Amino acid sequence: MAKDFGIGAEAKRTEDIRYLTGAGNYTHDVNVHGQAYAVFVRSNMAHARIKSVGAAAAEGMPGVLAVFTGEDFKDVGGNPAGWFIGSRDGSPMKEPKRPVLAHGKVRHVGDAYAAVIAQTYMEAKDAAQAVADASEFEELPAIIDMAQALADSSNRVHDEIADNQCFDWGWIEDNRAKVDAAIKAAPHVTTLELVNNRLIPNAMEPRASIGEFNPGTGDYKLTTTSQNPHLTRLLVAAFVLGIPENKLQVVAPDVGGGFGSKIYHYGEEALVLAAAKKLKKPVKWVAERSESFLSDAHGRDHVTKIELACEKDGTFIAFRTETMANVGAYLSNFSTVTPTFLHGTLMAGPYKVPNVYVNVKTVFTNTAPVDAYRGAGRPEATYSLERVVDQMCRELGLDPFEVRRKNFITTDMFPYTTPAGLAYDVGNYHATLDKAMELADVAGFEARRKAAAAKGKLRGLGLSTWIEACGIAPSNLVGILGARVGLYDAATVRVNPTGNVSVMVGAHSHGQSHETVFAQIISDMFGIPMSSVDIVHGDTAKIPFGMGSYGSRSLAVCGQAMANAADKVIAKGKKIAAHMLEATEAEIVFSDGVFAVSGTNRSKTFGEIAFSAYVPHNYPLATLEPGLEETAFYDPANFTYPAGTYLCEVEVDAETGKVDVCNFTCADDFGNVINPMVVRGQVHGGVVQGIGQALLEHGVYDENGQLLSGSYMDYTMPRADDVPFVTVDHSCITPCSHNKLGVKGCGEAGAIGSPPAVVNAVLDALNRGGHKIAHIDMPLTPSRVWSAMNA
Amino acid sequence: MQNFDFVKPSSVAEAVAALAKSGAQALSGGQTLTPTMKQRLATPDVLVSLTGIAELKGVKQNGGVLWVGAATPHVQVAKEAAAVFAGLAGLAGGIGDPAVRNRGTIGGSIANNDPAACYPSAVLGSGATVITNKRRIAADDYFTGMFSTALAEGEIVTAVEFPIPKRSAYAKFNQPASRFALTGVFVSQATDGSVRVAVTGASNNGVFRWKAAEAALTANFSASALVGLTVDATDMIGDLHGTAAYRANLVKVMTGRAVTSSR
Repeated sequence: MAKDFGIGAEAKRTEDIRYLTGAGNYTHDVNVHGQAYAVFVRSNMAHARIKSVGAAAAEGMPGVLAVFTGEDFKDVGGNPAGWFIGSRDGSPMKEPKRPVLAHGKVRHVGDAYAAVIAQTYMEAKDAAQAVADASEFEELPAIIDMAQALADSSNRVHDEIADNQCFDWGWIEDNRAKVDAAIKAAPHVTTLELVNNRLIPNAMEPRASIGEFNPGTGDYKLTTTSQNPHLTRLLVAAFVLGIPENKLQVVAPDVGGGFGSKIYHYGEEALVLAAAKKLKKPVKWVAERSESFLSDAHGRDHVTKIELACEKDGTFIAFRTETMANVGAYLSNFSTVTPTFLHGTLMAGPYKVPNVYVNVKTVFTNTAPVDAYRGAGRPEATYSLERVVDQMCRELGLDPFEVRRKNFITTDMFPYTTPAGLAYDVGNYHATLDKAMELADVAGFEARRKAAAAKGKLRGLGLSTWIEACGIAPSNLVGILGARVGLYDAATVRVNPTGNVSVMVGAHSHGQSHETVFAQIISDMFGIPMSSVDIVHGDTAKIPFGMGSYGSRSLAVCGQAMANAADKVIAKGKKIAAHMLEATEAEIVFSDGVFAVSGTNRSKTFGEIAFSAYVPHNYPLATLEPGLEETAFYDPANFTYPAGTYLCEVEVDAETGKVDVCNFTCADDFGNVINPMVVRGQVHGGVVQGIGQALLEHGVYDENGQLLSGSYMDYTMPRADDVPFVTVDHSCITPCSHNKLGVKGCGEAGAIGSPPAVVNAVLDALNRGGHKIAHIDMPLTPSRVWSAMNA
Repeated sequence: MQNFDFVKPSSVAEAVAALAKSGAQALSGGQTLTPTMKQRLATPDVLVSLTGIAELKGVKQNGGVLWVGAATPHVQVAKEAAAVFAGLAGLAGGIGDPAVRNRGTIGGSIANNDPAACYPSAVLGSGATVITNKRRIAADDYFTGMFSTALAEGEIVTAVEFPIPKRSAYAKFNQPASRFALTGVFVSQATDGSVRVAVTGASNNGVFRWKAAEAALTANFSASALVGLTVDATDMIGDLHGTAAYRANLVKVMTGRAVTSSR
């Protein structure tokens, strides 16, 4: 196969044509005849008892069709947590109901307690203001600080949960005493207390939903900004509104970024469906940017104490972590698994450390729900590990590169089961470290540092060696661990009569380039041009099933399902070819789009076989169905384990504390790569988000629960001039051992590996400059850096 | 945003008459007012645009004075003041982004007197005169605190007259998110050698003169003249972007940088 469009080709993205010419079809581009508009009435208090909702104030206002309140939904289901977590003492996690609209109490600024439907958006907006003005509350003290929330039972986010704790999880609890003893006996222990700052996802496209109801058939349709339409269908239909799944179609058209925030089902989706049914009218809602800040699920927000016990030569003995993880006011769908199994299981890193123990307490607060955000738990794990390793090296005067080398799992040790419970199948951590050091010219750093010093700048070099578990996930394993869903994926490969191909995939593409990358695989497997392949996704009425896109799973799980379905097509094609060529099936070989009888010049093209399958005049009808369409469900045998080394160089302006990221180098092992250009783009984006977390972004609530960084005036998104050129290499390849494509996933890597590299670089610069500083919490704003230097 | 009427007069007199109506609000470049209206924090009944009035626009040199019409957008000041008043041109060219610089005006900026806006520091830091439809106001009398000026109800800024200094510069440290001035310092040395230093972004009281630095720099126009000085952090703004002590530090650092880069 020519490498201009098959596996390994730098094929240009087919979806770019519509995105770049304004021909995309986002939810807000969809307008349904006769649609009405929903505007939500949101709390401006963090915590209050609802005395009355002023719905009557909207009645009779121009264009108003209906007002919904929490009372209207008190008898339907809540939006559930997707993962059960048990506490160390054996008690189950606390699961307060998350209603469509707040009922009884509002629990965070932005909590929707009513919704107005009107003929026009402006009419709905006016009426929503009237409802807000007429509503009465008894304000309660806001619960914001996690430690205080756990300690003070007199003030409760949910009245039935005395200590505001969702669960107190230990991993692996049976190892706790052994780890404690190892740390007690260790020659050296480094301790760090650090905050993994709250992030607000800020997808370019805000959330939006359109509900439709057909009174003639009883069918519902939800068009929505979702990363996983089938999961949304399951949640809104089976759990919340009680609609049979066969009566609800969920469409997620073009989606402008998700980063995790659009995995989850939100109450607005249920509301527009319920309103559409009641009013027999389509109902549309589009979030304003300030609503997105207040109501999208946020990310991270951990307060952690980590200890690293080691020998004096830097050989690791144990990692012990105590974390408080904020879940906000309600449990979002993945909020319980993110700080636990996506975090604690990674706390061995790429290291052969014998002892690991993690304790996570999750805490309800009067803030927006917190859930998985690009990386989801693994950035938190990587940050804690790579920061404490760096600090240990400084305390003991050891070389951070050599300490990593000394402690890496070596290639002869795979498969390797860590004390945090994961079984790494393959990897070569020394290789990515060597490659990154070469690409970043570590040998030349000292000269660059001296040149910077001559300009009055403090230059530093930071290292992060990261690993993640993705390709989420083996269903039988996650079932044991508490998952309430399976995490396989599915695809249908439909060869049309004229030989072109429609592929219906469960993974949703909202920036990941599936339409290009998946088509490259089919093109390669079938020996047909990419232009003959269409990737169809985002519609429960079209695709067989799917668990969606998150956890760097699309290629490793759904892509493998698709490849398996394509293999089935080829197998059937061989049967058809054997009949047509009067040979046995075993004699047929398929290569470069041609079915041939081995050792002869007798052959049929892929197109001829497709045509014969649909016009079966010369066809083994007695033993084979006509048609050429196959579906496969694929459940991975294990997680995949991408890993790599990130190096960051910064310069700090000693007078102002401003950090400039001078260069950033990534050497990653993603296994086999389908499209290197797409992989580079994914890593670039992830690294920019990681630099954003390290230096710029911070979701900050004040003590009253007001979101101080609730707009772009105060929430610092990374901009082009905040980031350097990012060097990305993926030439170190250990193919995944348990999927046939040999792929691991690259979507989250950049955001996982980069924050500690940046922070380590800043601390290196400061310490080399004579400032003895152990740690500064993210984001390392100029004020924070300067304050640490001048403390 | 709520509905409003829009009028675009072609003279100051017509604008004054339009502004006399109940619920009327002057609109210049709209860089603050429009977003405020979108959030429904301002709900004027009538917007009176000042950008169609020819007599409010332009940059003109008259001897040692640079006259800038109130409705002149930043982009025009950046271009047309560059040859004679580098500090002012540099400041104008560094406000916001190209879209902001093509819409925002000097009159709008100083009438609003946002504590993090750039222009107030140039007006105060060069001893300019604010001209309104009623009177001339010295810069030292014009800025009266955060979002507060000497303007009376219905009074319109028509121009600012700047004495052209011997040399000047504006040094801004960006607030990372908004890229307004976390602290910005305008330094000018007049033809008689006297120095003015005006600071924006830092103080709870809005733009202010750092008189100790002015005295030191008048004696010795060099960053080294600042070495022994300290800035009192008492009235400095402390927020999530910077502590009061940090802003006090920036006042000194950015003053030094302005001195060094002045021309």
